Amino acid sequence: MSEILSTGMHVLLFLSLYVQVFFLVTFLENRKKIITRNGPTSLSRYPKVTIIVPAWNEEKTLYNTVKSLLALNYPKNKFRVFLIDDGSTDGTWNAMSKFSKNPNVKIFRKENGGKYTALNLGLEHTDTEFVGCLDADSIAHPESLARIMSYFEKDPSAMAVAPSVIALKGKGIVQSAQRAEYDMSVYVKKMLGFMGAIHVTPGPLTIFRKKVFDTLGPYRHAHNTEDMEIAYRMQEHRYKIEQCNDAYIYTNTPSTVKKLYRQRTRWIFGFINNTIDYRRVIFRKKYGNFALFTLPSGIISVFAVSLIFGNLLARIWDFILTKITQFKITGFEFVSNFGNLDPFFINTKSLVFISILIYSLIIFSIFFGKKIVEGKWHFPFYMLYFFLVFSIVGPFWLLKAVYNTALSRNPAWR
Amino acid sequence: MNNNNIDWKKYLIVFLITAGLFLSVSYISNYFSGKKVNQLKSIQDQIAIDILSSETQFSLLSELSCKNISYSILSDELGELGRKLEWSETNLGATDTVLSLKRYYSLLQIKDYLLTKKISERCKTKSAFILYFYTTKVNCSECEKTGIVLSALRNKYKDLRVYSFDYSIDVSAVKTLLDIYKIEDTKLPALVIGDETLTGFHGVEELKSLIEQSFGLQEKDTESVSKDKDS
Repeated sequence: MSEILSTGMHVLLFLSLYVQVFFLVTFLENRKKIITRNGPTSLSRYPKVTIIVPAWNEEKTLYNTVKSLLALNYPKNKFRVFLIDDGSTDGTWNAMSKFSKNPNVKIFRKENGGKYTALNLGLEHTDTEFVGCLDADSIAHPESLARIMSYFEKDPSAMAVAPSVIALKGKGIVQSAQRAEYDMSVYVKKMLGFMGAIHVTPGPLTIFRKKVFDTLGPYRHAHNTEDMEIAYRMQEHRYKIEQCNDAYIYTNTPSTVKKLYRQRTRWIFGFINNTIDYRRVIFRKKYGNFALFTLPSGIISVFAVSLIFGNLLARIWDFILTKITQFKITGFEFVSNFGNLDPFFINTKSLVFISILIYSLIIFSIFFGKKIVEGKWHFPFYMLYFFLVFSIVGPFWLLKAVYNTALSRNPAWR
Repeated sequence: MNNNNIDWKKYLIVFLITAGLFLSVSYISNYFSGKKVNQLKSIQDQIAIDILSSETQFSLLSELSCKNISYSILSDELGELGRKLEWSETNLGATDTVLSLKRYYSLLQIKDYLLTKKISERCKTKSAFILYFYTTKVNCSECEKTGIVLSALRNKYKDLRVYSFDYSIDVSAVKTLLDIYKIEDTKLPALVIGDETLTGFHGVEELKSLIEQSFGLQEKDTESVSKDKDS
């Protein structure tokens, strides 16, 4: 049994290392193409864009979100904002009404039906060439839209362009931990973009050609992760998704472990279930790197984290049991078996070294993500919180999502 | 539309890099394991030389006085070696090298036991022995508990020597010990304290009184314990 476990660990660590090396090689191949622009961006043509802001009980954050959209560096007659109240029970509608006189803003109110229904209502009223959505808890950088649109201008085959989503500077360990994680995903997304293998077009300001929805249909419920499903659907039809690394969207992150746990359970549950729904594309080479790399590496990480964490828990449990027996037998007089720290007792198994390698590559990706975001090298100390929070709580939401999938239960939104 | 061409060469190159990293890592890991085994070997050699030299010294001086015999520190070294071997068995795996080191260790323990016994008989020095038999073949929670009790006792009594033997080890001298004390594999853990053979688990207090009765040992006071640790 332990032999099977050890082989399984080795295989999963090999695959996890493979994924990290793949990102690194992609980075080395494309590093010259990563350009971070400063200052205003101008386009030769400014196509019309509609930005849909769905909101459910977001009275506190909505105002700043809309303000940031109205401050975008984009010709005012070329973009419109749809504010959609999805049956809020707080003051969201009042907050929206403050903008009703603005010629760029149109407000809608509907019965609560879930985020995807709000988005679809917006899509029904959209008649512009481009359309995007911005979650009502996020703030757009003034240059973000113009920079995203520059990708469409450069590449007529691009069907959607995703921004760099950055965590707003929050308080406490939980939000600091997420900052590092968002930095890392800026890097990961950029690499996936180079590979044509992006699997999420995030709610905070991804811009689509309207044609995407005209040909592929509207948003679906998709296990509460509609922004993931639309990307899967686009990949299935080989629609190109790009990532614009210097279009910054700042988003509010969950402030407590409990809220973070809920959000991540939903995300992972969405990943697992959308992947099950689209299992027909996995490993089919006509779907490109998305089918051969993105989905398999996501599946590997689900297994790797479960196994590694399960193993860790078993060890901790063993340790506690031994300490309890020791205590029962000898009372408070703890006998240290290894009186002084002899280097002999340092674990030098290959698994330890491989884990160190994988961690180093993860640290590199946080570093480089940070570089893309800030344009300079700088050691993010909150990285330590990331390892702390995500390695302790992460496995729980992952296992919970697996458990929910097994029971086919949908996790709550918040 | 997306470019459907998959860069197979890249998949292969990444595979080769990953495999290369994996192999280097296992090479490094093996290197360290080798170093540890060598360290164990050198400790054992040192102990073997010490025992041999003490034996020789004992034979030379047996007709004379006891004052000149210097043989007391060895049991600590044996204890350290035992812990390192145990660790190696679980962490490096029960390889042939580790197992043969373990056999050698059992022999050294028996030699140490015989020599110390002889010295203490002849020279009337105070010393106490516990022979401890355990098993690794089956999951033996009582053996684990007994191990904890014995380390606690060793900490308490400076002159107490604990010799531990794996029941299933393939060493004829250990088999002879098993015969002498009539140890059966169904009754493990087993302890031999003085003239008594105990089987199953026994708590600290019970063994303490037995040790004090049999050998007349006194507990170390706290000061001497900390001095011990420092040295």
